[in-house]
Amino acid sequence: MTTYDLTIPVSEQEIRALHVGDTVYLSGVMTTGRDAAHKYLIENFIHTDSVPENERALYNELRRILHEGVIYHCGPVVQQDEEGEWRFVAAGPTTSIREEPYEADVITHFGMRGVIGKGGMGPGTLQACREQGAVYFHAMGGAASLIANAVKEVVDVHKKEEFGVPEAFWIIRVERFPVVVTMDTHGQSIHAEVKEKSQSALKRLVTDG
Amino acid sequence: MSDLTKSFVELVRRAATDLPADVETALREAQTREENGSAAAGALETILENVALARANSTPICQDTGTPIFYVYHPQGMSTRELRTQIEAGVAEATARAYLRPNAVDSLTGHNSGNNLGVGYPTLHFEEWDEDYLQVNLLLKGGGSENVGVQYKLPHPPLKAGRDLEGVRRVVLDAVNDAQGKGCAPGVLGIAIGSDRGYGYIHAKEQLFRPLDDVNPTPELARLEERLLHDCNELSIGPMGFGGQTTIFGVKIGAYHRLPACYFVSIAYNCWACRRWTMTVQNGKVEYR
Repeated sequence: MTTYDLTIPVSEQEIRALHVGDTVYLSGVMTTGRDAAHKYLIENFIHTDSVPENERALYNELRRILHEGVIYHCGPVVQQDEEGEWRFVAAGPTTSIREEPYEADVITHFGMRGVIGKGGMGPGTLQACREQGAVYFHAMGGAASLIANAVKEVVDVHKKEEFGVPEAFWIIRVERFPVVVTMDTHGQSIHAEVKEKSQSALKRLVTDG
Repeated sequence: MSDLTKSFVELVRRAATDLPADVETALREAQTREENGSAAAGALETILENVALARANSTPICQDTGTPIFYVYHPQGMSTRELRTQIEAGVAEATARAYLRPNAVDSLTGHNSGNNLGVGYPTLHFEEWDEDYLQVNLLLKGGGSENVGVQYKLPHPPLKAGRDLEGVRRVVLDAVNDAQGKGCAPGVLGIAIGSDRGYGYIHAKEQLFRPLDDVNPTPELARLEERLLHDCNELSIGPMGFGGQTTIFGVKIGAYHRLPACYFVSIAYNCWACRRWTMTVQNGKVEYR
């Protein structure tokens, strides 16, 4: 288990050097995106023949941010000051598995290097990670005040009115955002390992009982 | 009736930002059981650091400030209509102050109301009781752990779970195994045996208000709670599902009457951030615990 400091955009070489259990401090610009965002990305940009005209500007911005970048599964608590500037008050990860039907396509389409969330993801995402050169970064669930301290600036926000505060794309600049690699480019997943062990423990516990 | 809106804002603030002492103590104890330098120990260290920071800054422990679930116990003659209005005003104000994330989403349009008020939102349960004071229990129940809650009906053949406490033990273990780290382990379980489908979950969540170190007054339930605490941790799912010694740090079970045809086991999984606070009002004096 090694500790790394990585800056977004992250190169393929840097990502392929990571292994499950490694601690990473991420810095740079990323976007949040969760349930509504993933559905939107798939419907408007990925499973479509042409990107709708009125969504093109956002598409181009997201392509720029997500190329060799990361998406953060997070619905933050935010506050706006008198000048209209947004600030992240609390910003831990949300459960990632809900995005499993979409994530592999999103990673591949945008050429991403990682996903930040909690609880891990499934085989589809793991395979996309291996092929594309991306990893799953696990942030600490519920450590919202702590993670908000790593968010140094809210650069922009998209779809806030349409999706609501938790579901919007918040473009943020982070400094030393602490995460642990739990799914890597080598096909390893801590989540699959732990599940396999607990499954056999369960079998034992309900047989002995 | 005096206006308690400000007191409700304070109740919400405490629940969202100040983790109850017994929960924090349990997390500290859990940390001592994990191997130094392990992912599980690191997770608990981060969690505890965050708890202290949230308390010091009055910022939410978790950004998912959950569904505000109020259990209101009121003396005879108190207007529940007025209480509802004041609680709703308190919730909206707490949202404006960023103690709560706007979480109420219209299920048809997807529109977020922006102030945590909506149809049947927040959740309010009223009950008149014999005491001469008002007690309001608030649970902020996050969505990650709510999603891994589950209701079984016994018998449950896949686990050979029959209509007895051994059957209950089996399905609870199954639920915790299915949850893995997705409910933000380590968690606390509130469990209702019996009742109907609707009240099963209401009672299960009521169980979450019991202090972690209390002992169930019903001896067979006390034994089951202890056994389940041990067995759940044998699953070794650990903090955040990273693997480790503590998967569950509290099991609270209530038994309720049921229909002859039905035997439900309703399991409310709560994440480590078990955000529950109680407010009492007697002769105009407001207290929180």
